[in-house]
Amino acid sequence: MSASVTEQVLDVIAATQRIPREKLTLDGRFEEFGMDSMDAVNILFALEEKFDITIPDEAAKQIRNIREMVEGVQKLVDAKAGEPQAAESGQAAQ
Amino acid sequence: MPQRVAVTGIGVICAIGNTREEFARSLRDGRCGIGEITLADVSGFRFRNGAEVRGYLPEQHFDAKQIDIIDRFAQFAAIAAREAVADSGVVWTDELRERCVIVTGACVGGQTTEDQGFWDVYKLGKTRVHPMTIPRTMANAGASYISMELELPGPAWTVSTACSSSNHAIGQAFRMVRAGDADIALAGGSEATFSFGILKAWEAMRVVSGETCRPFSKDRTGMILGEGGAMLVLEPLDRAVARGANIYCEIVGAGMSADAHHITQPTVEGPVRAMRMALKDAGVAAESIDYINAHGTGTEANDPTETAAIHEVFGAHAGRLAVSSTKSMHGHTLGAAGAIEAAATALAMRDGFLPPTANYRVADPRCDLDVVPNESRTANIRWAMSNSFAFGGLNAVLVLSRLP
Repeated sequence: MSASVTEQVLDVIAATQRIPREKLTLDGRFEEFGMDSMDAVNILFALEEKFDITIPDEAAKQIRNIREMVEGVQKLVDAKAGEPQAAESGQAAQ
Repeated sequence: MPQRVAVTGIGVICAIGNTREEFARSLRDGRCGIGEITLADVSGFRFRNGAEVRGYLPEQHFDAKQIDIIDRFAQFAAIAAREAVADSGVVWTDELRERCVIVTGACVGGQTTEDQGFWDVYKLGKTRVHPMTIPRTMANAGASYISMELELPGPAWTVSTACSSSNHAIGQAFRMVRAGDADIALAGGSEATFSFGILKAWEAMRVVSGETCRPFSKDRTGMILGEGGAMLVLEPLDRAVARGANIYCEIVGAGMSADAHHITQPTVEGPVRAMRMALKDAGVAAESIDYINAHGTGTEANDPTETAAIHEVFGAHAGRLAVSSTKSMHGHTLGAAGAIEAAATALAMRDGFLPPTANYRVADPRCDLDVVPNESRTANIRWAMSNSFAFGGLNAVLVLSRLP
């Protein structure tokens, strides 16, 4: 996990939930912070906006804690970064 | 003295029937009306399916000039009202017209029209919107148009309580007729939800299924949006009998409550209070109920909560009564849901069958009710309940009774 993605995800959670940033830890469970499913939907929206990614419903349902959320975002960010390269190699193959 | 209240006319237009009788056949056949959304471009959405009214041509129901001023949702209200009034065979007098109350439910109302206008100014950079945007958008347009077309100058209004709107509407009309404040009522609701901006808002909620609606099934993946309208004609039973009207059933009780808890997460206690209030209002024991047309949205949040509420209210009888969600066939029609489902319940009573929960695949221990999976069953329904539980925690429940 890149430090910057981790930090940014924590920033997004703190900002959307009005939680002091220093209280959030990677292993924190959402319930500990009094978050419910609508809070989760709000966080997912903010993350999609922040990273310009699309988080599928199925993936979102598997997330139980902040670490898994960071890992999931990292995967999508990596996949997005890899997209232009994949397109280029596809063109090269033709 | 309180009047008994009879349902003497029903009109329906929705994904599984553009008329009442087509709707009744589809319910019995367990026909699912969910398919690809065609009314808005949903490419790139998390979902692609909805329960649209198929083969609907406004020009078959309205002249061109009317279509310009009536949004699709209000068209559905008017079409359902026409069918219900014709079905009732009521003979209007000037006095009866004035003593008629109209109550409609709508959640989204004419936002499809508004969405188009906003698209024009925000996206297309136009400098003006259609001048009929406001009258087309207002949620009371359905009630207004019914009053104008049928020339009914009595009390008329619209209730907006999200997914409970038309159950609240029918409940209010029922109470007015029962109290003798009206001699006839047109009550129900309508909705036309399929517009890009509205669908985007639903997508963001992450409650709409990417495939289909499977209420109470363990593999359920969310709700499916639907559109349509339904209207009921309510009359004092004595008057209905005196004029030899066809009587589908009585409405015998209405219960309401607020969860007073969370804007989207339902509670068990709120629905329990509404169901108990409806039973008490009806003066009927819980053990008498044969069938519940459930709110049954197919979401993770609703189905186990509603099941728990039914267990709480009905105790051991919860294991004996039948519960189904017809939303599995006609989708979640939001402000029209209560009306379409009350119509489904009344028609099931008339025709002697339990409508199924379509698309059901896997038993869920948290939804351990007889949900009439996939196929309707022959049954005599004497007493039935129809549930609507809205976002915002506002609940409305009706109890219906077939005449012996």
